[in-house]
Amino acid sequence: MQDQEVKLLGTWSSPYVLRIRWALRIKGIEYEYIEEDLRNKSPLLLEYNPVHKKVPVLVHKGRAIAESLVILEYIDETWRDNPLLPRDPYDKAMARFWCKFGEEKLSPPIWRVFVTQGEEQKQAYASAMENLEILEKELEGKRFLSGEAIGLLDIFFGSLAYIIPMYEEIIEMKLVDPSKLPWLSKWMEEFLNSPVVKDTLPQKDKLLPRYLAIRDTFLAKRE
Amino acid sequence: MADDEMNGVVLLDVWVSLFGQRCRIALAEKGVEYEYREENLANKSPLLLKSNPVHKKIPVLLHNGKPVCESHIIVQYVDEIWSDRAPLLPANPYARAQARFWVDFIDKKIYDCGSRLLKLEGEAQQEAKRELIEILKLLEGELGDKEYFGGETFGFVDISLIPFVSWFYSYETFAGFSIEAEVPKLVAWGNRCMERESVAKTLHDPHKVYEFVLSLKKKYGGK
Repeated sequence: MQDQEVKLLGTWSSPYVLRIRWALRIKGIEYEYIEEDLRNKSPLLLEYNPVHKKVPVLVHKGRAIAESLVILEYIDETWRDNPLLPRDPYDKAMARFWCKFGEEKLSPPIWRVFVTQGEEQKQAYASAMENLEILEKELEGKRFLSGEAIGLLDIFFGSLAYIIPMYEEIIEMKLVDPSKLPWLSKWMEEFLNSPVVKDTLPQKDKLLPRYLAIRDTFLAKRE
Repeated sequence: MADDEMNGVVLLDVWVSLFGQRCRIALAEKGVEYEYREENLANKSPLLLKSNPVHKKIPVLLHNGKPVCESHIIVQYVDEIWSDRAPLLPANPYARAQARFWVDFIDKKIYDCGSRLLKLEGEAQQEAKRELIEILKLLEGELGDKEYFGGETFGFVDISLIPFVSWFYSYETFAGFSIEAEVPKLVAWGNRCMERESVAKTLHDPHKVYEFVLSLKKKYGGK
């Protein structure tokens, strides 16, 4: 159907793009995927996201939407089946709050643990653990962050499920120890094994060298 | 004390807070009665610590005892609860996505850039000034010839940006430039918004804001 035409501009390795793929899969939406080369941005990307020039960008009926959380809310409001967000305004506000927490408090120290060493890494580790504990408490008693089924919060945090184990392997430090963070550990497994996520992850043999190179680059910069 | 915390609307806030002002404007636009409580950030109230344990920040909206945190989340919540009047977000999902995109842009860019301009000196300050001008020009472009960012309706983007306008005088005085010379249409928009009672009653006199910034600089090691 021409007027339902949905396109997604992304890169194979971006966890933000993956959020959108998961959402589109939950909603059963067909789309055309366009792989971007961020070192050589296409005229299409520059036209559709002139402000940030980043991926993901969703194009629906010729109109572009950027920023993953904005895109997710757009998808949820446009295709109403299989809701990603709760309908109740208070529950919705809480879901948005946890997304902000993830973006501001959880992801940055986890990233810093990965790209630093020594004292800097130690401090980042302490901060990451503090905030992982907060997420653990949120998960207590739940199958998924959104409840019984995968929803917006699971999609939003979901990349941690495959990125954290990869970081742990590279830096040889444990972030999510099942004995210390059992609910988080269980959620990561459930999420990775769910039909929504299966076969969507970037291949490990491509991703691992990429992240190794990223860590090396950041460590080199600090010397 | 327990009774009035469990009913009605309470806003935990600080007089000068740009983010708190967004909430006050939204509540005023909706004609919602609420109790305003001034917090002392050097001595946070038990209610604030209990309501926002993760960030311990204002603003916090308490609605029948339940806390909502983060100004952009509070404004959307207010819009969704009091949905029968003065819509702050458009009805159409694409227009809503655009509004959310620009509020995200404002949140990510202006506060940080403005803070650097006020804190730093010399070339670093001039760099922050150039960045701020670029940001404001982008916003002016988005406004175009519309009355408000929301079109004919004063809405989410207008509410999110307008508190910064009372800080323009401080930015100008510290970095030595004229914002009106750079973005006259945006300044005109600011003046239009000031004609609204909700805005006029909420924003502080720019000179009062300037005195506040001076007092902060004196306190924390400025000249």
